Amino acid sequence: MLTLYARRRLINAATLVISVLAMLFGLFWLGWILWTLLINGLPGLSGAVFTQMTPPPGSGGGLLNAIAGSLIMTAVATAIGTPVGILAGTYLAEFGQRGWLAPATRFINDVLLSAPSIVIGLFIYEIYVIKVKHFSGWGGALALSILVIPIVIRTTENMLRLVPNTLREAAAALGAPQWKIINFVTLRAARAGILTGVLLAVARISGETAPLLFTALNNQFWSSDMNQPMANLPVVIFQFAMSPYADWHSLAWAGALLITIGVLTLNVVARVVFRQSATAH
Amino acid sequence: MPTFLHEARLKHQNWLDILFRNVTRLSAFAVLALLVAIIASLLMGSLPAIKAFGSHFLVSAEWNPVSEQFGALVPIIGTLVTSCIALLIAIPVSFGIALFLTELSPRWLRRPLGIAIELLAGIPSIIYGMWGLFVFAPLFGDHIEPWITRLLGDQPLIGPLFSGPPMGIGVLTAGIILAIMVIPFIASVMRDVFEIVPTLLKESAYGLGATTWEVVWGVVVPYTRIGMVGGIMLGLGRALGETMAVTFVIGNAHELSASLLMPGNSISSALANEFNEAVGELYTSALVELGLILFFITFVVLSLARLMLHRLGRREGQAV
Repeated sequence: MLTLYARRRLINAATLVISVLAMLFGLFWLGWILWTLLINGLPGLSGAVFTQMTPPPGSGGGLLNAIAGSLIMTAVATAIGTPVGILAGTYLAEFGQRGWLAPATRFINDVLLSAPSIVIGLFIYEIYVIKVKHFSGWGGALALSILVIPIVIRTTENMLRLVPNTLREAAAALGAPQWKIINFVTLRAARAGILTGVLLAVARISGETAPLLFTALNNQFWSSDMNQPMANLPVVIFQFAMSPYADWHSLAWAGALLITIGVLTLNVVARVVFRQSATAH
Repeated sequence: MPTFLHEARLKHQNWLDILFRNVTRLSAFAVLALLVAIIASLLMGSLPAIKAFGSHFLVSAEWNPVSEQFGALVPIIGTLVTSCIALLIAIPVSFGIALFLTELSPRWLRRPLGIAIELLAGIPSIIYGMWGLFVFAPLFGDHIEPWITRLLGDQPLIGPLFSGPPMGIGVLTAGIILAIMVIPFIASVMRDVFEIVPTLLKESAYGLGATTWEVVWGVVVPYTRIGMVGGIMLGLGRALGETMAVTFVIGNAHELSASLLMPGNSISSALANEFNEAVGELYTSALVELGLILFFITFVVLSLARLMLHRLGRREGQAV
């Protein structure tokens, strides 16, 4: 028989070991996935990937049009989503003390933050793609911008709330009108934090596939016309990976490696930017 | 009375203030309008299907594009079952990770490990899908599934859940991959709520001679219960709506089967696979109605999650 004390120690040790195992379990998948990506992606990652178009099955090619399409749509989506997000976040932080609008917006925004992205794709399909009757780069960018807005709103509000009130009061005491206080004092003080939010939003949308399926679709050729279906990395990876052709598979792995490197780099850069701003305060 | 120059400028600034406030307010309002627009457009899109099938849509398992008979039962069940499997795995693991990060880990390891777990959340879902299809599913089908079937397939009650040919792809595989995807979300919320427990409370318990586990189970967990449930619901919301990872490995079969090893379908993967090929108004509209159902389910789950996390935040505010 164990004494009560020994039993308590035993239970404690057991749960702590399980907790360490849980941590290792999480890291194990991260390591395995990254390892798979490197093993399968590196051989396919040649110069052709960056200089040639997506090929028909059986011939060589690259991912140039998909990479370009992804960059264009991500840039446009960020350009549309960021200003709206920053403005709405500013309202929540600076004007949102009274009334029903701010709490309601905050709540809905938190829900939209994790809303299924495929539904966002359906939404843009219903309101835009059906109306213009063809898939297009604009549709893809719109869908992505809807994913950007909640992330930017959330971080903008949080970062503005971190700005000490004494800064606002000091500016007000100098006679600055409110729009100047917000634009030139508080938003400027929160700049690095907001940039973090934008970077995280870009990281999120550059890997999104589901909202592009019904909006931008895909395009086997070079296209910089936003009114045409537009090639993009995630959908190309999806189609190539689901195909039975080995050379398409190897291109899909190369694309997957590229996207993951991009997204993880953005994540790390965002953290570094935020950390630097936090130590600067 | 003459208007002084500075008075005119003051008026000008006043006007700019009002303009600025209303522009920001309009943007905030746009978020609400967006939600209304999403619901309205999905409703409009699914009207033909709602008219044709009514509430029968929710309980019918038939999905036949040729005879235009559609029912949402199979994808709804697939979505719920895969998410449940994911949570069953992810909750204990996330709890362990949060416990490790807040109570056990040496201080210098906390940041890198926290970042590593968050990177797991940053990997795009299509990567999980590819990895699942090409790497995980074959291994799982060759080595783990036969073993599961041998071990559990003949048991009463749960036996039928684990019988069938080991194909690798299927509902169980999708659930496991979803679990890996939601672990970082749940773990980071749990870590955050564990960190708000006042040090005073924990140290009092330690001072009375409690072990680390007793402090966690007796002080931290009761204090943060609402927040933990909120984090779990947040993970559930993610799991329900996840598309690409599931689409790759679930098998996309519109059949209801008792076994978790058999292919199934989920709402999001049905949409991803069939929407662009859907011919005819009724087919498209049935798929849009699926999307509406998915949005409704996740909306409810995420709202509950937010309300719970909000309540925990308020209580913390009062306690301090």
